[in-house]
Amino acid sequence: MSLASTQKKSFGAVLWDYLTTVDHKKLGNMYIVAGAFFFILGGIEALVIRIQLMKPENDFISAGLYNEMITMHGTTMIFFAAMPILLGLMNAIMPLQIGARDVAFPFLNSLGFWLFLFGGIMLNLSWFLGGAPDAGWTAYTPLSTQSPGHGVDFYVMGLQLSGAGTLIGGINFLVTIVTMRGPGMTYMRMPLFTWTTFIASILILFAFPALTVGLFLLMFDRMFGSAFFDVALGGNSIIWQHLFWIFGHPEVYILILPAFGIFSEIFPVFSKKRLFGYSSMVFATFMIAFLGFMVWAHHMLTVGLGPVANSIFAVATMAIAVPTGIKIFNWLATMWGGSIRINSAMLWSLAFIPSFTIGGMTGVMLATATADYQYHDTYFVIGHFHYVIVGGTLFGILAGLHYWWPKLFGKVLHEGMGKIAFWIFFIGFHLTFFVQHFLGLMGMPRRYWVFLENQGLDTGNLVSTIGAFLMTIGTIIFIINIVYTSIKGEKASADPWGTGRTLEWAVSSPPPEYNFKKLPLVRGLDAYWIEKMDGNDKMTPAEPLVDIHMPNGSILPVTMTIGFFIASFGFIYQVDNKSWLALVFIGFAIALGSMLIRSLKDDHGYHIHKEDLEREAD
Amino acid sequence: MSRWMGKLKVFVLLSFAALVLSACGKENLTALDPKGYGAQDAMNIMVLSIIVMVSVFIIVMLIYTIVLIRFRQKKGQEDYIPKQVEGNHTLEIVWTAIPILLVLVLAVPTVISVFDLADTTEASSSVNVEVTGNQYWWHFNYEGEEIQTSQDLYIPVNQKVYLDIQSSDVIHSFWVPTISGKIDANPENVNTMFIEAYEEGVYWGKCAELCGPSHSLMDFKVVVVSQEEFDAWVEDMKNVDAEEVPQDAVAQEGKELFEANNCMACHAIGSSPVATGPNLTNYANRTSIAGILEPSKENMVEWLMDPESIKPGNKMTGNYPSLSEDEASSIAEYLMQLDHSETTPDSAGN
Repeated sequence: MSLASTQKKSFGAVLWDYLTTVDHKKLGNMYIVAGAFFFILGGIEALVIRIQLMKPENDFISAGLYNEMITMHGTTMIFFAAMPILLGLMNAIMPLQIGARDVAFPFLNSLGFWLFLFGGIMLNLSWFLGGAPDAGWTAYTPLSTQSPGHGVDFYVMGLQLSGAGTLIGGINFLVTIVTMRGPGMTYMRMPLFTWTTFIASILILFAFPALTVGLFLLMFDRMFGSAFFDVALGGNSIIWQHLFWIFGHPEVYILILPAFGIFSEIFPVFSKKRLFGYSSMVFATFMIAFLGFMVWAHHMLTVGLGPVANSIFAVATMAIAVPTGIKIFNWLATMWGGSIRINSAMLWSLAFIPSFTIGGMTGVMLATATADYQYHDTYFVIGHFHYVIVGGTLFGILAGLHYWWPKLFGKVLHEGMGKIAFWIFFIGFHLTFFVQHFLGLMGMPRRYWVFLENQGLDTGNLVSTIGAFLMTIGTIIFIINIVYTSIKGEKASADPWGTGRTLEWAVSSPPPEYNFKKLPLVRGLDAYWIEKMDGNDKMTPAEPLVDIHMPNGSILPVTMTIGFFIASFGFIYQVDNKSWLALVFIGFAIALGSMLIRSLKDDHGYHIHKEDLEREAD
Repeated sequence: MSRWMGKLKVFVLLSFAALVLSACGKENLTALDPKGYGAQDAMNIMVLSIIVMVSVFIIVMLIYTIVLIRFRQKKGQEDYIPKQVEGNHTLEIVWTAIPILLVLVLAVPTVISVFDLADTTEASSSVNVEVTGNQYWWHFNYEGEEIQTSQDLYIPVNQKVYLDIQSSDVIHSFWVPTISGKIDANPENVNTMFIEAYEEGVYWGKCAELCGPSHSLMDFKVVVVSQEEFDAWVEDMKNVDAEEVPQDAVAQEGKELFEANNCMACHAIGSSPVATGPNLTNYANRTSIAGILEPSKENMVEWLMDPESIKPGNKMTGNYPSLSEDEASSIAEYLMQLDHSETTPDSAGN
């Protein structure tokens, strides 16, 4: 156990601890909890959408509200649920996997989290401040520049805040992996989850600036009278689509690659067999990431870019099937000849293979430009990307949560409930989204508030809605499982699965705040497994017991974020009345003041002394 | 438990099969029963890609099933450690090379048809229509013919008709699934696409790009008629007398109200290029009111009285004096008598 948590603390002290923490494990857990909260919000929005589409010409919600629902569902799920939970897992696990005591920049790590959280809060406050954004999560101009009210402004500022946070997080992970790998941890000994964290961070580094630029242009157009996207004044609205998808397509891989990493951890552990084709897995991940930057215009095949562009982007997109196929076969080959145990983590991973294969196949089908002229912007696309994002990313997140829950929270999730939740969710998922491929081809475009009677779309939509309810039930059981586990769950040992292969299983669950008392010596891929096979129950230390240097906590990330948060409101409302600009100045004063304090005040951190460490159990 | 699961599986499979068999979708709306050039091309590629993809899926699932049956940990195997295989170069090359080949099989026909569908060399010798997407209706201007119309696009069967598509406001997307794939209507440029229908009939068109609250209500129709009927329609439409006074007294009153309420500021009858609102020429033969309602006088009155309740966010609401039911009824009577052509949606397919 860590030093601090041995004595009971008051609520205020706990709160202060969380507000100021720079510990990667605490921040990881905070990312996951906040992401889960937004996931529930996005889920409720999804359910409202499905209830509206339960029957033809339904009037459950109005057309305007429906457009707000679809926009918020997409934006919330991508930016504030899937990404943060993945970032949380990366944060909590990756430093442990490379034998590091924390990330390279603990202070920035905290800043990244708070920017994300306040960005999400900002976006969702729009519900209470005159209406949510309603131009779709893609916010295509000129619909988004013409959208009345402040909804889209909240979208712009909310994403800008959280986008800055994500960019900070990505850079932090990159530096951590490059500079802080433990003794003996060469690149080609890194676990696959660390590799995918690394590669996803490269994607973040290069993709997010495109979104930042796009959002700035949109902000200037909406708030300061510029005309980047205004055709009447010589602007061009297609530019937004390019900027958005130059970010947006790599974003898809930012979501899926870490999930691939999670599966690459789980299959070996529960097959008791080393990952098949490790180097080709790393290579395939790089290939996917590289090609991911070359294919953005396949989201724009119907824009009218001409046959040359359409052909190039179509073929480039198909090429991504090759490295993805390599991965699928490598996972199967990992299990081949293994000794497979099936628990909840493994169930989600096993379910991923057929689900994601279907999603990948429809992806290749979408890449065939001629047929895409039919699929594009219909429910076929909705079916496709939910197979990829739910069947890939969300299944990966759920597999990862079941797998690492003991490491994150010190308790093993209840297996029975885990399995029930899985089956209900899994059946619901396929019921919801499989039929949508057909709905699309039968003539139902996406983002339709109502579909008309007698168009042959009734049955499919009803089936889809029933599936959505099953997914809801599955999610509720999972939440009950979490509550039950945190109250009654059994305490987890360091290696609760017994077959852990990577370094995180060599430290207690949850790990002490300094992670490793003595940094471990890594002797190959699957470092912990190697030691176990050699009959050691512990890692060989690479250093004697010495004082451990730790970073100090700080409230400055929170105050900086609050500064930007206040300034964002100033930007949004100065459109109505220039006196709101005062908020911009106040906000920036707080943010820049916090930065000044951070720059001027020397903070050398503190040391946990050798003597204290000796007193703690292993 | 297992018996219950078995029954559930049978139920799911059966209901799924029923779903697939019963529904390829509604005729002349679905893309699964193509009756035009682009739709047929798309269908060919779809079938090819499905064959390729399903074979891959079957192979994956075959290996997957074998793995799950053969390699489960059995009782007493708790301490068994399988051989730690690093990889296998031959296998890895095989499952890299085969997908590359499969991708090529798909890529070549795709590229060929993309270029074929973008070919506009025959445009000068064919019917050309300027299509404008508006929130939330479509305008059609037959180039070189002085014909303006809205919502119902008349085209001759078995002939490539070239559409020059653009938008007057936000981005829309022009999609007639049974005849052809879609292309966006952008505010900054004209996208040219041809459509060719193989059968006469009335086809549903949809807007496929989110364009505001009534995005889902921006339906239109493509009326495909024989060449003779189309030629007759063109003649009729060129000779519309916009000033023609209806015979019936109620309709006459309707015409007066139509003019008095300044409806002409936005709506034209005849070939006037005014297109702030839909052109109302030949309104008696429209397949729908506002794109979605059955063409009847009651629906027309309902629309005139309160368009917002039918198409939220439309540009007509609030831009004309409110009408009494009688006034609306007279105007409806007038519009429903604007019968300018012998060629009607009923001609399609007869």
